[in-house]
Amino acid sequence: MDKNIYLDNAATTKLSSEALDSMMPYLTVGYGNPSSIYSIGRESRKAIESAREQVAKALSCDSNEIYFTSGGSESDNWAIKGVAFANENKGKHIITTSIEHHAVLHTCKYLEKYGFEITYLPVKSNGIIDINDLKKAIRKDTILISIMYANNEIGSIQPIKEIGEMAKEHNIYFHTDAVQAIGNIPINLKEVNIDLLSLSAHKFHGPKGVGVLYIRKGVKISNMIHGGGQEKNMRAGTENVAGIVGLGKAIELATIDIEKKSKYLITLRERLIKGIMESIPDTILNGDPINRLPGNVNVCFKYIEGESILLMLEIKGICASSGSACTSGSLNPSHVLLAIGLPHEIAHGSLRLTLSEENTQEEIEYVLETLPPIIQNLRNMSPLINKK
Amino acid sequence: MEDYSKKVMDHFFNPRNVGEIEDADGIGEVGNPRCGDIMRMYIKVKENIITDIKFKTFGCGAAVATSSMVTEMVKGKNINEALEITNKQVAEALDGLPPVKMHCSNLAEAGIKAAIDDYYKKNGKGK
Repeated sequence: MDKNIYLDNAATTKLSSEALDSMMPYLTVGYGNPSSIYSIGRESRKAIESAREQVAKALSCDSNEIYFTSGGSESDNWAIKGVAFANENKGKHIITTSIEHHAVLHTCKYLEKYGFEITYLPVKSNGIIDINDLKKAIRKDTILISIMYANNEIGSIQPIKEIGEMAKEHNIYFHTDAVQAIGNIPINLKEVNIDLLSLSAHKFHGPKGVGVLYIRKGVKISNMIHGGGQEKNMRAGTENVAGIVGLGKAIELATIDIEKKSKYLITLRERLIKGIMESIPDTILNGDPINRLPGNVNVCFKYIEGESILLMLEIKGICASSGSACTSGSLNPSHVLLAIGLPHEIAHGSLRLTLSEENTQEEIEYVLETLPPIIQNLRNMSPLINKK
Repeated sequence: MEDYSKKVMDHFFNPRNVGEIEDADGIGEVGNPRCGDIMRMYIKVKENIITDIKFKTFGCGAAVATSSMVTEMVKGKNINEALEITNKQVAEALDGLPPVKMHCSNLAEAGIKAAIDDYYKKNGKGK
């Protein structure tokens, strides 16, 4: 099958040719260490600082507040552990949600071993927190709130502005994992109160292995990686120059015309959701119908299992993902799908299709032709279906 | 993710003996929908020989392929031979399964045993 329809853009995206072009000099002739004083070193330094400006511009913040990391997981780890350990004299309570990425959840679990208390806020069935739950969870010893901007599985967007205001009012640091939001939702750090923000280049057509932690000026945070004086003595290690340059280019492109891009993605998304819901009975749309990422479709097909769907889609040339146990490598389906209240057997039948601006209407129509017979085929094989 | 063997893919995409037997002599169901796999086996038995077998499975690629494979292995065998089929044999017949999927082959062995148990119960025979 020659067809290749890539609908897993929440997992990773294709590196853009512009980002690749911007990186090439630093993978070839421009190999100087940014800490060296001679010309090719200084060129590398300049390239990093220019990427820092590009990120600051995209987020509307000061370039001094941008720290390059190895990606979203490092940024999340640094934000949470760094704030926790630097502020534990003030308190040892952290608030997060039950639907965070594992980079946040497992970091919080780790901190529990060091005496931190974590509140995992529930979410409503649409995958969004109740702001009153957050209000009730805040204590005198709460030092950090970490709530993702938008969910990677079901696309639900959290009330970030309200959370930021509440955090500020109570003098608590607010970290958001914005890995899925960048390039999909306009983010202006002058307009929302966010103290720390994680992002990852490969989610918006940049390279893998590079990310950013935005740290608002004045935030008290410990280092995670000790060593040399890179990143203003905050994050040691010779910089990933080419990666950083690619990230800078990619974020610039991802945030230009973001409204136009979102509109296009929403058109594709709505066609896809409507088409699936109309042609396939016993299907549940996961996440909020409106307050969701422009390119996110997540559905559960009752009576069947996700990995089987993915295998059948793959031979038709469609790349997608699922929250079933078999695809997560554990016996439980996705923690996000369980947190929105789905029973296990339904959560096992989830399918996530995530779009990028490179997808076309024709591709969506092809998916809508291909999917119903696959689901029917698997349901014909299912022992659950006559147990209705 | 680890690759499935060609045989697993063949049995997944072209499963043998899918369906139900309306007047089955034994029906066995194993697995748990919570864990994401359920296998139901239907057998027809004549003079101690499994003359027909069908399955319905809710599960991943490996669960479907092992169901399909075990039905092929069992069909035409006598009950004692069928009871001797092991998970390992099913996995080997499929040219192996990725390690995380080995538990799926457990269902195949258990499914056959459950169907035979049911047949014994219905016919008032002990094991």
